[in-house]
Amino acid sequence: MTAEQGVFIFTSLLIMFSGYMMVTRQNLVHAALYLVVALFGVAVVFVLLDAGFLAVVQVLVYIGAIAILMIFAVMLTRGNATGEQESMNAFSGWALLLAALFAFALIVMLGQWQDVTAQAPALAAGRDTVKELGAALVSPDGYVIPFEVASVLLLAALIGALVVARPQKTAK
Amino acid sequence: MIPLSWFLYLAAGLFGLGLYGVLARKNAIGILMGVELMLNAVNINIVAFWRYLTPGNMSGQAFAVMVFAVAAAEVAVGLALVISIYRRRKTVSADEINLMKW
Amino acid sequence: MSTETLIWLIPLPPLLAFFLILLFTRRNHAISHTVGVGAAVISWLIGMLVFIAAIGAEHLGEHPFASSIGWLPLGDQTLSIGVLIDPLSAVTLFFVAWTVLMIFIYSIGYHNFGQPKGAHDAPGLPPHGAKDAKHPELGHQVPSVEPMYARFFAFIALFAFGMFTLVVSDNLLTLFVGWEIMGLCSYLLIGFWYAKPSARDAAIKAFITTRVGDVFMLLGIVALYSATGTLNFRDILYNHEVLQHLASTPSIIAGLSAAGLIGLLLFIGTVGKSAQWPLHVWLPDAMEGPTPVSAMIHAATMVSAGVYMVLRMFPLLSAGWVEGGALTPTMTVMAFIGAFTALFAATIALTQKDIKRVLAYSTISQLGYMIAALGIGAYVAAAFHLVTHAFFKALLFLGSGSVIHGMEHGVLHTGEHVDAQDMFNMGGLKNKMPITFWTFVIGGLALSGFPLITAGFWSKDEILADAFGNGHLIVFGTLALAALLTAFYTARQITLTFLGQPRTKAAEHASESVRTMTLPLVVLAVFAIAAGWVGVPEHFPGLGGLLPNWFHDFVGGTLLEHPEGVAFSMVPLLTSLAVALGGLGLGWLVYRKAGQADPARKPLGPVYTLLENKYYFDELYEVLFVRPARWLAESFSYLFIDRRLIDGFLHRVAQVAFSLGSIFRNYFDAPVVNGFGDLTASLTQSFGRLLRRVQTGQVQQYLLFVALLAFGGLFYYLLNVLR
Repeated sequence: MTAEQGVFIFTSLLIMFSGYMMVTRQNLVHAALYLVVALFGVAVVFVLLDAGFLAVVQVLVYIGAIAILMIFAVMLTRGNATGEQESMNAFSGWALLLAALFAFALIVMLGQWQDVTAQAPALAAGRDTVKELGAALVSPDGYVIPFEVASVLLLAALIGALVVARPQKTAK
Repeated sequence: MIPLSWFLYLAAGLFGLGLYGVLARKNAIGILMGVELMLNAVNINIVAFWRYLTPGNMSGQAFAVMVFAVAAAEVAVGLALVISIYRRRKTVSADEINLMKW
Repeated sequence: MSTETLIWLIPLPPLLAFFLILLFTRRNHAISHTVGVGAAVISWLIGMLVFIAAIGAEHLGEHPFASSIGWLPLGDQTLSIGVLIDPLSAVTLFFVAWTVLMIFIYSIGYHNFGQPKGAHDAPGLPPHGAKDAKHPELGHQVPSVEPMYARFFAFIALFAFGMFTLVVSDNLLTLFVGWEIMGLCSYLLIGFWYAKPSARDAAIKAFITTRVGDVFMLLGIVALYSATGTLNFRDILYNHEVLQHLASTPSIIAGLSAAGLIGLLLFIGTVGKSAQWPLHVWLPDAMEGPTPVSAMIHAATMVSAGVYMVLRMFPLLSAGWVEGGALTPTMTVMAFIGAFTALFAATIALTQKDIKRVLAYSTISQLGYMIAALGIGAYVAAAFHLVTHAFFKALLFLGSGSVIHGMEHGVLHTGEHVDAQDMFNMGGLKNKMPITFWTFVIGGLALSGFPLITAGFWSKDEILADAFGNGHLIVFGTLALAALLTAFYTARQITLTFLGQPRTKAAEHASESVRTMTLPLVVLAVFAIAAGWVGVPEHFPGLGGLLPNWFHDFVGGTLLEHPEGVAFSMVPLLTSLAVALGGLGLGWLVYRKAGQADPARKPLGPVYTLLENKYYFDELYEVLFVRPARWLAESFSYLFIDRRLIDGFLHRVAQVAFSLGSIFRNYFDAPVVNGFGDLTASLTQSFGRLLRRVQTGQVQQYLLFVALLAFGGLFYYLLNVLR
């Protein structure tokens, strides 16, 4: 077992644990904190996959923005979200069964796939993947159009969120 | 070295956890958290396939970036909806938000 | 402007005036009559210019003023309309323009322009008179202004338009258009006082009676068109080949050539329009209209139009006839009807009491003269009499209107309720209404054919001379007798109206009419004398040759072969002298001492009653046509055919359809069609009720189903892989 494998196993266990805790905690603030841990673990996995840029973005966007946003939302909707009552709905048992079967089926299916045991090819020395990613995103031969569409999507989401969440003065 | 399968199994497990959260959580914000987990599982898959199968071009990472963008947008709108609903009905419990029915 | 262009313009001013008055000026009396009379003046002026150009032109018959434009393209040919002024239409235009203008002017006074409005006057009734505003203390009534003053001018303007159109048109079609416009106007004007039932009836009678003639005339026009392919006068009537062809082609009626048949059909149109026996009944009733209308119908326009048309078509009517030879059947019919009508109407006129009715019958009688003259081929004489008659008959009618007007003035003044039109209520008006008297006498003498000075003498004498000279002795005798009667009833009329002592208070207080009415009388009186001088026969003793017989030469030029003047003979001259003077003298003798009763009643006995009732023609037609028509309409058509047969059939059809419908409804529609529909609906409904349980409104449940499905797909794949 190499050091990398050790790091991976540790990180995986951390992710699965905090994921499980996040799903099952009654207190949503706690759940959000476990989410942060799980997301951080994913960032570590990205590092293991030689995707340093994505790891940084994971930390910045998910933990820095999304998770914090969740916590704000939890605070704002406080009152019944703090764990006094049941946090799971009526058919949570069925949901657990289904999710477990789903994950099991996926793992079985992946196990049948021949490429699943492939080893990672070595990346060329001195290769700057961040630079390549930046170039690919803005090059006409690459992903400039999805990139621009994503920016429009973000703008639309920004405006939509504003409109939806704004207090309705006329609703009186 | 870590085989590809390990990453895929991790992603599958994470996806199952997220699915469970989405299906079973009462709280709407909890559901959104589950969605985030599922998206992360997908992202792990995408980046792992890029690293192991097609490291030559950057499409895997580019897709991951797109997923980030979509996730950010989804969370922004989703949370706005939750807050809006909470203002009107004083609840964020998904099984109480059942106006859309017969 | 060329003469041809001027001719086009003649009919237009009255038409414009008609629309102007009806649309814009009808509320203002002064503007309305200015527009109407102005239009008449313009037409008159243009008419006179054209007339002068026409008499100045060399050989107008061969080269008439004509112009035409394509109007209606019909397949490979074009129906043209156009204008034509040849000698005949020139002289017609002359008298029409003059009489129309005079009647327009006369109407201003007749309808009491400038008088106050009557308190009880209503549209559709003659004015009842108004209180005298100048001398209210006397309590007298004065004539009041006509309530529909402007409307009257609009109608007579349209009437004038119709007549001018008819005169200047160069083909039968536009002639017929003008003819029918006049038919409409006569209806409108005879029924001008439409609130009077008698006026209404008279209007309908006139319209329907003339319609009978018009239908035949239209048939004639159609037949002519199909035979020749044209309706242009010049192409048919001034063309030897066409006339020869028509005269030699036999028609569907044995013994009649195509020309004869067409001529006969057209002539029936004239019988209706010019009120010849047996379609004469409408004309006396037409007296219900205002007097200017009577003058318009009887002198200037309508009845003259009928004679003008047969004059115009004379070459066709007489096709196959050579001068001096035997008459064609068509001409014989015309001669017979004309002569008979002349005598027949004259006898009725002997007994009529109404001053206008006497004139109405005299019109019929004089028109009979013209028709008879045409029937014996005396073309120029007929045209001559048409012209002179138009003048003196317009004069007589306007004069009688003036008399009636004066009498009405007296009636209103005294408050005495007498019929202002009954001659036996008049008498002694000579001194009260001197202008009316003298002009009326001139007209009356012209009508009776008073020798040498009056126009009527020359024209009537020419007809008699023609009849005698060409050996038509029966016609000659009949017409001479009619002339005697004419002189007699004219003397009767003048004597009863103007001479002797007033028979009523109203007659004592009658007064002379206003200047707008007397001026036309004077003008027309001049023509009633002078119009005869243009046609003095060359060989007339003493006077012949002093003036050239211009009329004969001029109008004769209309025909292809200029007619010869008849050889002079003393017999017709003496006859006409004798009948005119004899009749006049006899009439004066009989009626000079007459009281309220007619002195001729006793000696004539039942004959008088017969004449007074116009030979019971109205009653005969009532029994022969009106009642059967009414019976047919009410009993047969309405009650039997319509109610019993057609309605019965329809009801039966409806019943069958109804019961069939019931069967379908109860045994097919309700159980089968509706049942199927209902079943489908209820099935859908219950299925929907079942399915709607899925819709819980809970997002997570939906999501669960989605996940289940996705898992199902995954599981299927797994099974395949694992096997």
